[in-house]
Amino acid sequence: MAKQSFYHFLGCIIPHRYPSIESAAKIVFKDLGVNLLDMEGSTCCPAPGVFGSFDRVTWATIAARNLTIAEAGGHPITTGCNGCFASLWDANHELKHDDELRDAVNENLAEIDREWKGTIEVWHYVDALYSQVGLEKIRKLVTRPLTNVRMALHPGCHWMRPKQIKKKDDSDRPHIFRDLCETSGAEYVPYKDELICCGAGGAVRTADVKLALEFTKQKFDSLLDAGGADIIVTPCPFCELQLDMGQVEIQKYFEAEYHFDVMHVVELLALAFGHKPDEFGLTTHLQYMQRKSAPNWERLGIEAKI
Amino acid sequence: MTSTEEKPVIEIDTPDDSFIRMIKKTGGPNVQNCYQCGTCSGSCPAGARTNYLVRGIIRKALLGLKEQCISSPELWYCTTCYTCTDRCPQDVMPTDVIKAIRNIAVAEGYMLAPHQKTALKVLEAGHAVPLEKEMWENLREKVGLERVPPNASRYPEAIEELQKIAKKTGFDKLVEEKEEKKEE
Repeated sequence: MAKQSFYHFLGCIIPHRYPSIESAAKIVFKDLGVNLLDMEGSTCCPAPGVFGSFDRVTWATIAARNLTIAEAGGHPITTGCNGCFASLWDANHELKHDDELRDAVNENLAEIDREWKGTIEVWHYVDALYSQVGLEKIRKLVTRPLTNVRMALHPGCHWMRPKQIKKKDDSDRPHIFRDLCETSGAEYVPYKDELICCGAGGAVRTADVKLALEFTKQKFDSLLDAGGADIIVTPCPFCELQLDMGQVEIQKYFEAEYHFDVMHVVELLALAFGHKPDEFGLTTHLQYMQRKSAPNWERLGIEAKI
Repeated sequence: MTSTEEKPVIEIDTPDDSFIRMIKKTGGPNVQNCYQCGTCSGSCPAGARTNYLVRGIIRKALLGLKEQCISSPELWYCTTCYTCTDRCPQDVMPTDVIKAIRNIAVAEGYMLAPHQKTALKVLEAGHAVPLEKEMWENLREKVGLERVPPNASRYPEAIEELQKIAKKTGFDKLVEEKEEKKEE
C-alpha cells in the first residue's frame, strides 16, 4: 500500500511560538508511517476570528490561496491548529456551496495566477489520526503508557464546531478527542467547564487579553473543583498558548497562581510512543521559559532530567 | 427605567430592512429565523461575564438598528466558540450573524486598533503571529527544527501574493485608512 501523505499546514503559532508541537507532530506521523509534506509558501490561514470578522471575501481568498498549494500537489492537508483548520476547512466548504463567494474568490486569485478547484480535503490532526490512521494503529505504538497520570482535556472549539456543518463529533458530548488522548494510557478527568472556550478566539485575546483570561481562569477553577489534574491536553496551539502562557498572565492580572502542565495531543502521543521530552522540546513551552520552571516530571512519571 | 433619557419608540411596523439584507449577504443568511428564545445568550461564555448579548444584537438587527449594532464595543467580545450556533433551535447560526455584523462594522470604519495591527502584520509578514525575532528562530533550532519554517517566513513571494490579493479586494485600504484617521 502506498504511504499515506498529507500536506502539513503549519500556520503561525505552531512554527513561530510553540515549535515543540511541530517537532512532535513530525515524530508521531513518522512513527505511524504517514508522510508530512512541506507546504512551501503557505501563509497565515488567515486567522478565522480576526480576518473572518473583518472581510469575509478577503479571508476566503487568502485561505483559498493556501488550499491551491495543496491542490497543485494533489494531497490532502492536515493541520494541528483549530484556527487554521477552521479557516481552511470552512473556506473549502463554503467555496463548494456558495457560487457567489467562489466567483469572487477566483476572480481575486486570478490576480496571482491561481484558481481554487475544490479537489482536496482538509483534516485536523485529531481527525486524521482518528479516522485516517486509526486508533488501533496508534495503540500498537504506545510503548510508554502514561499510567496513573491524571489528564484533563480541552478540546477547544473549531475542529468540531459548528457541528451540523463539520459533522465531526457531537460538540455537546464529544468523544473522538477523548478516545484519541486515552490511547496514551493517561486517566481522563472530567470537569464541568471542559467544553468552554479557552477565551482566546474570535479576536478577543487580541482586543482584550484580560477578558480572554477570565475564560481560562474559569476553566482552571472548574478543574481544581473536580480534584485537579496532572496535565491538560488540547488539540490547538492557540488554546495551548492561552492555557500555558495564560497561567503567567493570570498571575499578573488576577494574582492567582496555577501550575498546570499543558500539552498538545501530538506531544502527549510522542511521550506515549516512548520519545524523550527533549526529542521534541517539551520544556520550551512559554510558561516554562518565562517562569524559568520545568514540567512536573514526577507527576508525569518521567524520570529523565534533561 | 434604567436610562435617564427618554427612549424613542421603535417603529416595528416599518422596519428598515436594508441592514438585514446586508447581513444576509455578508454571511448570516438565516438571521430572520430568530424567534428570540435566548438559547444563544444562555449558552454564551462571553455573555456570562460581559454585557455582550447575542439575542439583543440579533433583535436590534431585525429592527434595523444598524448604528447601534455596528458601533457597540461588545460586538467584539464574541470568541466565535460556536456554542450558540450548535444549540440554536432555529438554525440562525448566530456566530455567523455576529461575524457578518463585524464585517459591516469594519467596512464602515469601526475597527479596533489592535485588530488593525494584526491585519497589517499579515500583509507585512504573511502571518498574524510572525517569526519576527531571532529568539524564535533559536527556539526552533532548540527543538530540532530548521531555523525558518517553509511558510511565508521563508518565501517572500508568498507575502507579495497576499499584498496583491489585499489590493484587489480593497482590504489594504480598509486597514490603511483607519491608520490615517488615528493619526489626525
